[in-house]
Amino acid sequence: MLFAVLLPFLASIFIPFLAKWKDRIHTGIFVTLVPLVIFIYFIQFLGTGFQPETRSYSWIPSLDMNMNFYLDGLSLLFVLLISGIGTLVAFYSIYYLHKSEQLGNFYVYFLIFMGSMLGVVLSDNVFVLYSFWEFTSLSSFLLIGYWNHRRGSRYGALKSMLITVFGGLSMLGALVFMSVITNTASIQQMITEKSIILNHEFFPLIMGLLLLGAFTKSAQFPFHIWLPDAMEAPTPVSAYLHSATMVKAGIYLVARNIPIFADSEWFFVIVSGFGIITLMWASYMAVRQTDLKGILAFSTISQLGMIMAMLGFGTKVAIFAAVFHILNHATFKGSLFMVAGIVDHETGSRDIRKLGGLMTFMPITATLAILATFSMAGFPLPFLNGFYSKEMFFDATLDLESTSNALAGFMQQALPYLAVFGSIFTFVYSMYFFFGTFRGKAQISELPKKPHEAPIGMLISPAVLVAGVIIIGLFPELINKPFISHAAASIYGGEIDKHIYFWHGINLPLIMSIAVLAFGTILVLTRTKWEAIYRFIPGPLSMNKVYDGSVKRAETYSERITKTYMNGSLGRYFRLILGAILIITFGFMAATTGFEFNMAYSAEITLAEILVAIMMAVAAVGTILAKNRVAAIIILGVVGYGLAILFVIYRAPDLALTQLIVETVTVALFLMVFNHLPQLKMRKQAWSTKALNLIISIGFGALMTLVAISAHSSKWFDSISSYFVENSYKLGGGDNIVNVILVDMRGLDTLFEIAVLGIAALGIYGMVKLRSNKEEDA
Amino acid sequence: MIKTNDLILRTTTTLIAFILFGFSVYLFFAGHNKPGGGFIGGLMTSAAIVLMYMAYGMESVAKIIPINFRVVIPIGLLIAVGTGVGSFIFGQPFLSQTFAYFQLPILGKTELATALLFDLGVYLTVIGVTMTIILTIAQDRKDETA
Repeated sequence: MLFAVLLPFLASIFIPFLAKWKDRIHTGIFVTLVPLVIFIYFIQFLGTGFQPETRSYSWIPSLDMNMNFYLDGLSLLFVLLISGIGTLVAFYSIYYLHKSEQLGNFYVYFLIFMGSMLGVVLSDNVFVLYSFWEFTSLSSFLLIGYWNHRRGSRYGALKSMLITVFGGLSMLGALVFMSVITNTASIQQMITEKSIILNHEFFPLIMGLLLLGAFTKSAQFPFHIWLPDAMEAPTPVSAYLHSATMVKAGIYLVARNIPIFADSEWFFVIVSGFGIITLMWASYMAVRQTDLKGILAFSTISQLGMIMAMLGFGTKVAIFAAVFHILNHATFKGSLFMVAGIVDHETGSRDIRKLGGLMTFMPITATLAILATFSMAGFPLPFLNGFYSKEMFFDATLDLESTSNALAGFMQQALPYLAVFGSIFTFVYSMYFFFGTFRGKAQISELPKKPHEAPIGMLISPAVLVAGVIIIGLFPELINKPFISHAAASIYGGEIDKHIYFWHGINLPLIMSIAVLAFGTILVLTRTKWEAIYRFIPGPLSMNKVYDGSVKRAETYSERITKTYMNGSLGRYFRLILGAILIITFGFMAATTGFEFNMAYSAEITLAEILVAIMMAVAAVGTILAKNRVAAIIILGVVGYGLAILFVIYRAPDLALTQLIVETVTVALFLMVFNHLPQLKMRKQAWSTKALNLIISIGFGALMTLVAISAHSSKWFDSISSYFVENSYKLGGGDNIVNVILVDMRGLDTLFEIAVLGIAALGIYGMVKLRSNKEEDA
Repeated sequence: MIKTNDLILRTTTTLIAFILFGFSVYLFFAGHNKPGGGFIGGLMTSAAIVLMYMAYGMESVAKIIPINFRVVIPIGLLIAVGTGVGSFIFGQPFLSQTFAYFQLPILGKTELATALLFDLGVYLTVIGVTMTIILTIAQDRKDETA
């Protein structure tokens, strides 16, 4: 099983080399083999006696992240869909993509997507599941943006990325939660310990986050908006990702977690509620589209909503119908996308307003299309599989377990009507799709190309899928026992013994189907009359506007916030930094009563000290008030020399010497440098800024003074200086303690200080000497 | 630049520069037992050299002291690091200093400390740094006026 998952990844490594020969052999031929091998490998698991299988491979055992694969009926259904439709799509793409395209890129993305999708449905470990999940988002992003020179492609790719990754991260949150509280990373073990999750206080959060992940991936309302824009991708991608596989990852996730969550009655309300809203809204919106792929995109959303709703019901018949419909939808929707691709490829347009009357030009395509669309509409004919699952859907809406929850009870009453409403519009857009494209008046002159039948290779894949539609339609029992019932059983957690018949006798579901047929036909025939309704619903309201608006607003607001505090003014940054220090330190010290005043350690104050201090204070104030820059520097020098005198008074001759010389040098350097600068100009500052500056500087000075006094007032430890006094001569051989500390006891500090000096000197040299180049350029 | 007749300055400089230099050497050697050391000694030496530059101008001093002060910085740093690395030879940790008393021919009983070598590194680095900074800025000014 590991090999099956890794095979597409391995193959994708070799694609760039194979793509170099694309002029002779289309790269798609190699690629087709990969899913075919996987399909053949997995098809042998089919059979009535199928038992779930587990395979474990170590990855990061210490974190409980292992490549644990679990193949049960549900996984098998998805694996066969992914590999089977993958084969057909790869084959179809050989004829769809011209050799002049960048085939290497396309097939690498394609294979990565396929491998990660297989990983998603086979993983039992939630972390591995999540890794593959994000890989599908990433490769889908790359595939949607395949024609990256188009603006629409880039927009669609970004949109799908933002929405699906948003959901993916929510899902990760839920998975981590579940893994932490059950102390296992295996989904199967979580199912056995579901009571822990169900009774946990964060259960609503867990379920919400998980469903958010599933809903965004499966394009449920209101996150469906990325899917119509993803139609900018090449048609094989739309057929594969956005009808059969990736959008069903969310369905898979919900189905996989039904054994855990189904006991909560909110699960039904949320999943079925969103599912049915999605079904109705998307089928209603699909009729409005003018682009063939746009119709199919909304149709996909609506069908996914229907499956999601059925999963929410959680009854035997509903789960069976959901699984059955997953298979049916993959067959007819895959073929319809390929038909749309053929129409686009052979006429040069996907605009349904320009198309029409193509039946005579493309008889085979039209035959495939009519079978697939009627199956999608759920037309009651005994050779169309769509009818069976739709009929079961109606059956399921009527057969819900009773509930005490008022909201759930209301939903149960409303569901059959809503289902019929959604199905009427499904019927309408299906007919609109077929008749709008293949019937009516041909407008050959409007089309960029003269329409003609597609090459045989392009028709094979949709033909195989339509053959699937008919075979399932004619012999539904063929796939029931060996296939569908296993998948349904692994969701439901028990045997499901259900038979699929075309004729049930006259019962309520059949009457609902007939009602759909009748109302649908009326609406199709009068479509031009009631189309104006779209001006009121949705009218100007649209989720796309919400998305665009929030993206734009996020950008403008973050820009505005950044511009507010990062305005480039150093003065403001200083105010912010010092202000923050002031508030935090003052607040902390006041709260912990950290300030302490104790005169016990203070020494006597001499007259000389007072005089020097006054001199320095006067000079410091003078520096601030000086109007001339050179004067300010010289007055500042007074402070420096005052400090040197203080050093003398406090008996620090080395410091005094150094301070004297360094002060002289700095003053000299300041004067040299400031000689180059223009005259100091009085800057016009608002008095509020000045006052703020004053408050902050006085506050900061006060803070530092208080901190210094407090530090001095509390002596918690003895000073280590006595050690130096005692050992300076004994160990260092010198009487000058300061110097012995500098060169002997703490020589490392000195070493790096002179290194700092050296770097500073070289820096100045570099700045002065290398400056000229730039000036010459200017 | 107009050359003024700065005879007095030049004459006193010849005297003062050497006194300064001698004082700085004293500071450097005295550092271990009296106030002073490599840092102050280095600054003092630079002061002497700067004085000579002020009195005699760039070209003349560059001829008298043909030293590229930028090279002095790495030499000083190398000596300082070298004394630290040298302690490895004797199986001691980095920057272990030691001292001993020797009977030297002229000076008599003298204390020789490895710390002095380290201080020499400091001394040379400080000279290199101050001179590099001052000369760089001074030359930049001259380039602009020229």
